[in-house]
Amino acid sequence: MNLTLEYHRSPARYFAGRTVTAAVHGARTAAAVAANLSPLRLITRPDPRLPEDGWTRVKPIISGICGSDLGLLTGRNSPYLSAVISLPFTPGHEVVGETLDDVPGIPRGSRVVIDPVLGCLPRGVDTCQWCDADQHSRCDHITTGVVSAGIQTGFCTDTSGGWSQMLVAHHSQLHVLPDGLDDRSAVMIEPLSCAIHTVRRVSVPDGASVLVVGAGTVGLLTVLALREYTKCGPIYVVARYPHQRERAREMGATEVLATNRPARALRRSTGAFLAHPERGDEYLLGGTDLAFECTAGSGLDTALRAVRAGGTVVLSGMPNAGVDLTPIWFRELQLVGAYASGGQDFPDAIALAQQAPLAGFVDAVYPLARWREAIGHASAAGRLGTIKVAFDPQKD
Amino acid sequence: MSRPGFVLEVDERTPALLMHEGEGFRLERLPLGSRVIYPPESLPALRDLDGEIRRALANPLGREPLHELIKAGMKLTIVFDDLSIPLPPMQTPDIRQRIIEHVLEIAAGKGVDDVELIAGNALHRRMTPAELKRTVGERVFRSFFPRHLRNHDAEDRGQLSVIGHTPHGEIVEINRRAAESDLIVYVNVSLTAMSGGPKSVSVGLASYRSLKHHHNVHTLRHSRSFNDPPNSAMHHSYDRMAGLLGDNLKIFQIETTVNNNTFPTQLNFLNKREWEWNLKDQATYLAVKRANDMLPPGRRRQIWHRTAAPYGVTSVTAGAPEEVHTVTMRNLLRQQLTELDGPSDIGIWGLPYICPYNVNSIMNPILVFSLGLGYFFNLYRGQPIVRKGGVAIFYHPVRNEFHPVHHPSYIDFFEEVLAETTDPVAIEAKFEEHFATDPWYTHLYRNSYAYHGVHPLYMWYWGAHALEHLGDVIFVGGDRKTTARMGFRTASTLDDALEMARERVGGSPSITYHHTPPLAMADVR
Repeated sequence: MNLTLEYHRSPARYFAGRTVTAAVHGARTAAAVAANLSPLRLITRPDPRLPEDGWTRVKPIISGICGSDLGLLTGRNSPYLSAVISLPFTPGHEVVGETLDDVPGIPRGSRVVIDPVLGCLPRGVDTCQWCDADQHSRCDHITTGVVSAGIQTGFCTDTSGGWSQMLVAHHSQLHVLPDGLDDRSAVMIEPLSCAIHTVRRVSVPDGASVLVVGAGTVGLLTVLALREYTKCGPIYVVARYPHQRERAREMGATEVLATNRPARALRRSTGAFLAHPERGDEYLLGGTDLAFECTAGSGLDTALRAVRAGGTVVLSGMPNAGVDLTPIWFRELQLVGAYASGGQDFPDAIALAQQAPLAGFVDAVYPLARWREAIGHASAAGRLGTIKVAFDPQKD
Repeated sequence: MSRPGFVLEVDERTPALLMHEGEGFRLERLPLGSRVIYPPESLPALRDLDGEIRRALANPLGREPLHELIKAGMKLTIVFDDLSIPLPPMQTPDIRQRIIEHVLEIAAGKGVDDVELIAGNALHRRMTPAELKRTVGERVFRSFFPRHLRNHDAEDRGQLSVIGHTPHGEIVEINRRAAESDLIVYVNVSLTAMSGGPKSVSVGLASYRSLKHHHNVHTLRHSRSFNDPPNSAMHHSYDRMAGLLGDNLKIFQIETTVNNNTFPTQLNFLNKREWEWNLKDQATYLAVKRANDMLPPGRRRQIWHRTAAPYGVTSVTAGAPEEVHTVTMRNLLRQQLTELDGPSDIGIWGLPYICPYNVNSIMNPILVFSLGLGYFFNLYRGQPIVRKGGVAIFYHPVRNEFHPVHHPSYIDFFEEVLAETTDPVAIEAKFEEHFATDPWYTHLYRNSYAYHGVHPLYMWYWGAHALEHLGDVIFVGGDRKTTARMGFRTASTLDDALEMARERVGGSPSITYHHTPPLAMADVR
């Protein structure tokens, strides 16, 4: 039997969470009540079945709690995605596990990390144009095939997810981990591959100035990827908490800005002019060449107001907040989305994880039985000085 | 006959003494044996001011009378001190208005058509039309504004003119209109010993690259004090520049001094020594304090900034800048100088609501710093009132508030620079050029009403001598976070502050309270 944390349909809990966290001090409230209000339950289910050949059972060793998971639990994520998931499902898409079956190229007992995207290959359907082009994060067939609808492992009923004692994965999703890489660093590979993908979504000219809004996991890893894969110039990071500021500098940030009035703080560094509208936040005439929004949407407004005319804003976190789009029109900005990973992103993330300073990113690991504490901790991670909270599903 | 300056030694009969603390004040009992410096009593004002102005213009020192210097067809520029002095602004008509009207009368009589009036605001914010009108008067304003009455623009490259270099290599660059004039008439109000004389044209009409020769950490650390020109490296630089200007331009200087009538009749108790308060003064104190404390902060500020000083003019002197200034200094010190025997372990100052750079504005933390550790600490001749390594205690709430229009670069200086370092040398080396050349600050200085980008750094340099001299700085009633950002400590009460100071200066410290305003300059033997 499979002990699992299951996200189930509960409109009452969904709206309760959404209402409470949308209120003033919603973020703080979320930390206190997210777990109790969320439509999540710890139950025992039969082990997931293998959909067909090429799939293996995986025993999760460590499974991260992502910002998008928290958005889901507090009802802040957009209902847009409800059409491409299947309920109930077990969350958890940042997974390091051990395979329990032999699959092509990966013997049973291998320690693997999962690329969670459920594209045409795992689904056993004819490949779409995107999967043909090795861009499976854009797959058009995520609702069909041998497993139920779901954009990723962790949003699909049939595969189960990382917040359980067992899931199933297709061999194309698995990457064998090198022995030297410890589990806690390895669980950062999935978000790191997303950060690499984000950076590769746009052309970053040599010497370009970059703003990274947010210094949680996604923001920090984006800074790391920018330094590794581009020759950009100064990187300015908007960070809320002291430990995030330290980490951002460690990752290669040129300057770390406080969250209050980041446009003003950025103004002097970029030689821009500051404009004060009658209502709303101030913005720059001038600013950085690019901005990466890494806060799940709440920082998009900051990014749009801090990029120079003709600049580019990359939306990395799953957006969950409304924003004034006037800057895109007035400053002729380009808004680019970046979802999951593709191509060489995952192998490159594995290589980078072996040399990057990721030690200490995961500093709180909970058993599934203490899921309320884990969710509460993850919701307040910034204030508690934590970057990443994870589950150890095999632990009692 | 006014009574001279006075040093009180606090004993059992001494009443509680008045302390300014921003837009408020309180009565405070000082420990027995503390010394209190009071300025000389207010000098009598000149009775026939217009007659005195006429006399000064007709009988100048080291120059021909003004009516002989002014000739038809000449290019005449009248420059006047900006709103940074006197403090508080004087009741209208301002002395500058009265003098300018006399000068213009002579110019009109001689048939001079090419006349311009320029506010010598250097890197200060531009004066608004209303402020200009208040300074020069309705009649002059209406006749000359805006084309022929304007603010100096230190960033208008096309309107600056290099006069030359001093033997020390200091570039002297001033307003082109003034530089190309046949005669510059400078109209001054001297409120402190640092202003006037060689400073007037060389600073008031200068550019940043000219000002940086004396507005820097090294010069200010060697200006002991900058209110004592013979011992001020800053004034030595002014003198060199003024010498060069004197060789190349014709300047007719008109200087004035005012008495110590700093506060209007309804606040007259603020002008008096506490033990001489009569029943009315005591009642007024209680009523004003209670009302002031109850007002919302915005309204309280508004009221204080509407307060105009009923200053009486004590001297008007005209002629060659150097000779005029000698007389001015004599008159000024007559009003402000008080002798003191030696420094003490602890100095106390109550900082009022106004300084030269927040007229009609907000006293932000950097200005509190420059008022306390710059202006007030340097109100001495000989040596500071606090010994080397001693402790300064200031009274001020030090709120984290800034005027967004007047002080934009101050906000960034406080948020970014002071978060990194409070060392004036490090600040000068790392940040001065950026702040001085930032295009946004320059734009706001030229087109809005902002102080120049480099100005907050100058304010920090202003306190460089005090920072080097003092062992500790404590703000009574100061906002803890804001004060800590500047590197200082706070105390809730004077007793707490003295307890903290004893860690530095020992168990039985000597204490001197510099009771000002009205302004008192300590002549420390």
